[in-house]
Amino acid sequence: MIDELSNPDIPVPDELKASVTITTLDKIYNWSRRSSIWPMVFGLACCAIEMICTAASRFDISRFGMEVFRATPRQSDLMIVSGTVTKKMVPQIVRLYNQMPEPRYVIAMGACASGGGPFKEGYNVVAGIDKYVPVDVYVPGCPPTPQALLHGLIKLQEKIDSQSLRDVRWYKSETNEPVPVPVLGPDLMDPRQYQLIKQRALQAAAQAEA
Amino acid sequence: MSATAPTVAAVPANLAEHFPAGVVADTRKGYEGYVVGAAQLLQVAGAIRDKLGYNYLSSVTGVDYPESNQIEVVYHAFKTSGGPGLNFKVQADRNDPVVPSLVGLYPGAEFQEREIFDMYGVRFDGHPDLRRILMWDGFAGYPLRKDWKEPFFEEDLKPFASRWPGGDVRRSEESDPFGANVQYPPEFDPYEWTPETETAIYKLIQPKAGNGNGGHLKTDKLIVNIGPQHPSTHGVFRMVVVLDGETVVDLKPVMGYLHRNHEKIGERNTFLQNMPYTDRLDYLASMSNNHAYALSVERLMGVKVPERAEYLRVLMVELTRICSHMWAIGFLLNDLGAFQTPALYAIKERELILDFFEATAGSRMMCNYMRFGGVSRDLPAALRDENTMDFLRDLVNNRLSYAIDELDRFLTHSEILRSRCIGVGVLPAEKAIAYSAAGPLLRASGVDYDLRRADPYSIYDRFDFNVCTRPNGDVYDRYLVRIDEMRESVRICQQVVAGMPTGGEILAGKPQYNVRVPAGESYGRVENPKGELGFYVVSTGKTNPWRYHVRAPSFVNLTLLGEVCKGHKIADVVVILGSIDIVLGEVDR
Repeated sequence: MIDELSNPDIPVPDELKASVTITTLDKIYNWSRRSSIWPMVFGLACCAIEMICTAASRFDISRFGMEVFRATPRQSDLMIVSGTVTKKMVPQIVRLYNQMPEPRYVIAMGACASGGGPFKEGYNVVAGIDKYVPVDVYVPGCPPTPQALLHGLIKLQEKIDSQSLRDVRWYKSETNEPVPVPVLGPDLMDPRQYQLIKQRALQAAAQAEA
Repeated sequence: MSATAPTVAAVPANLAEHFPAGVVADTRKGYEGYVVGAAQLLQVAGAIRDKLGYNYLSSVTGVDYPESNQIEVVYHAFKTSGGPGLNFKVQADRNDPVVPSLVGLYPGAEFQEREIFDMYGVRFDGHPDLRRILMWDGFAGYPLRKDWKEPFFEEDLKPFASRWPGGDVRRSEESDPFGANVQYPPEFDPYEWTPETETAIYKLIQPKAGNGNGGHLKTDKLIVNIGPQHPSTHGVFRMVVVLDGETVVDLKPVMGYLHRNHEKIGERNTFLQNMPYTDRLDYLASMSNNHAYALSVERLMGVKVPERAEYLRVLMVELTRICSHMWAIGFLLNDLGAFQTPALYAIKERELILDFFEATAGSRMMCNYMRFGGVSRDLPAALRDENTMDFLRDLVNNRLSYAIDELDRFLTHSEILRSRCIGVGVLPAEKAIAYSAAGPLLRASGVDYDLRRADPYSIYDRFDFNVCTRPNGDVYDRYLVRIDEMRESVRICQQVVAGMPTGGEILAGKPQYNVRVPAGESYGRVENPKGELGFYVVSTGKTNPWRYHVRAPSFVNLTLLGEVCKGHKIADVVVILGSIDIVLGEVDR
């Protein structure tokens, strides 16, 4: 472990090697975060079953320090959106995302969460969770096998490795605005698009008249 | 052959005699049963239940016929003593459909009627709680009506000209004026919209201050929402609970958070395109879903399934049942507070079965294995570096029985399990039948009703197995029934592996991409691990189904959840829900 962290450019005397390592703050910060990503207990559909299998003994997610599934968003670092995102459910998902503390990550697991999947044409289906919350890693599959999900998690670890304390957004002074929670109207409404909805609905009505 | 055997009996002559005015036989080509006038429905249904003995209302669904300007409500009733069922229909005017509610006679119709209201706008006179169930209140339109178009609508029927035969790519977002999967009424103004606050449901269970604690203390009742994001609801399911202290006074399930429009998509798809979608209903038992759908379409087509394919089907379905019950037991323990460890043991052997599925069908969970008239692939020569038949023999003769015995040994006599489960969530037999409960839930209440025996399909009549029942109808008995059923499934698997013909056809005829199914209606049902899974399919003779309805056992089983939970502690609600064993993919579809 120490070898993995230490900076090879700065030699450490042999007699100190057991207890001293020289590394960067970024490296140790990222190393501790990437080795203890706590996902949220959050299953939506079929993919959740494969997520449980990933956590079970055969695939054993705890090899990556991720076995501590938390039942509350307040203690979670990672949201695995495992399944079809429906219009009825998306306000809750956005609310859960807003409740997660920074730094937070989102994995879109499976075809549905990534882009609607086989159910994309459905009237109650949101074609991908990235329409509402930012996604870090997309895992393809329907459902992805546990191996595929683990691969996605390793990709997320690589992403964490590449971040630096100097420019991560959660230490910046400006506050991070929460994602506006969608509203259930005659259809799903994104508060960011009210003006557009009103305008287009008027246009559509005018077209229908003409 | 069972695939062509009728599930629906000929019209009992005495019924038409009783009600000469209101009952006529359905004479349309390929249709069965008879048509009842809306005015006589309650009387006729009462006679069907009490005089003819069809005490189990399995499925209620709607079909839209815009040409005759009618919406038809279709009922399928069966006898719990077994045998073929009875199919009756009511026709209602499409512009203002009103049908008397059957909830008074068959309480199991409650959620199914609400679903028809939600999807077709049929109002049920006398229904105690007629609200939308899968969509939210305030949603515009009745989605399953044939003239209702979803935002990403392209064409009525698949294959769409934009994709086939050219194989072009098209992003649906680009064709929608809002750039997303949404549509709004003309001149809609979002700023004027008052968001729905679910007043209807809270009004329904309005807590009243009362003397809960035997009159000593004045207590307030409290409404608690469990879900839709909650670790113990087995998915995105929500329960609105009224509590008096820790005691449940009332409980209303709220669902639809995973409603992915299975039926609307299914009616655009071709018959065969629906097969992979059925995998995603009860995603713990995809093989069983395939089987039920294949049976209902085969009944219309009149295909005979080859011998080896029947054996393969039964093998797959029974292995699925073991997986599903293992999962149910593991997660029941989770709900009891034994977090994770028992579940890890319970799903250990499941991985072996999934490996077998993956090697055979190509996927661990979504197998998409069955076809009309057989199965898609034969067994592989080897898996896990072992000859497949050797692997199977080891699995069904040694490993599975050992795993079940292990669960049984650790759990059945556990003091904690017994004290949390015995006497909790008691469901008497009459109530179970009235509420159309199915599967282990029904059999744990002492009702000897297993479709494999009561209305045999496939080749189940050849195998020696017991229908497992238990007398008390509590959570503990449901657990025991599952353990027993797994043992019986292992027995069936052993007989299949020993008796399976080597070689031979696995698919009748040549594989077809687009099957044309003769016009008519068909209700195919199987004993899914969760209960009776039925597919009601109406064909107009084309390559796409006119109506494609799923009678989902998890959905119907939830009708009685509120009833069973009343009077128990809040911690027991979670256990009772776990013992019903729902899968949300199937509840919401």
